[in-house]
Amino acid sequence: MASSIRVRATANGDITEVQALIQHPMDTGLVKDPKGELIPAHFIQELKFECNGKDVFVANWGTAVSKDPYVKFSFNGARKGDDLKISWTDNKGASDTTTAKIS
Amino acid sequence: MTTTIGLRPTRRLILQGAASVALLGLGNLPFAPARSAANDKYPEEAFKQKNEADAIKTLYGKTAEPSDKVKLDAPEIAENGGVVPISVTTSLDKVTSISFFVAENPFALAASYKIPDGTIPAVANRLKMAKTTKLTAIVEADGKLYSATKEVKVTVGGCGG
Repeated sequence: MASSIRVRATANGDITEVQALIQHPMDTGLVKDPKGELIPAHFIQELKFECNGKDVFVANWGTAVSKDPYVKFSFNGARKGDDLKISWTDNKGASDTTTAKIS
Repeated sequence: MTTTIGLRPTRRLILQGAASVALLGLGNLPFAPARSAANDKYPEEAFKQKNEADAIKTLYGKTAEPSDKVKLDAPEIAENGGVVPISVTTSLDKVTSISFFVAENPFALAASYKIPDGTIPAVANRLKMAKTTKLTAIVEADGKLYSATKEVKVTVGGCGG
């Protein structure tokens, strides 16, 4: 199965810029489907980025984050070729993990 | 012969029982301190708060003061409330977290980011907005809260309307 996570991590000197795009419905639990039934809430709660055994960025998300969420941040202390591990868990207990090489 | 066979299961059961009790006892200890560190846990309660002030209080337990060192970038007019690109940067030192609150949403807290040492205090993401609303970004730096707000006009709401 293709990963739900797409990441681009580029090192520029000391700073590594990370952009991530995740495929997820991010249902709020407040929207009705065409039959008039509520679509139950289904959203990512925690998204974590780890590099060299250390958390570099942790997101706690609610239902107000857009469908197929996007996030961008930068951090210090990584080099080209280092591994960046990305993982998320949603409110139904589902999760996904991927590892990206910093380029 | 028969007596030893008869005894064996009981002895095994006792040993197993003792082992699992020991495991349980050990297992509980490391979890206790982890639970008290509220910062490391998903802030479920804060995400359930309907209005902004309550959400800030539940998440941080204090109030924020406006600061021009927090730069919030969001569109004046969002054509699609389902996807509003929002970013925040700050020149403050010792930033530990950044959070976004959308005042008019059913639940005010949208996202909260932890910024560990070495990570640059700037985040860009995309949020949903139910209608025209005040947007607040809060930066926690050196134990204090600083905020920036912006009014975003939403022409089509982001709640499936």
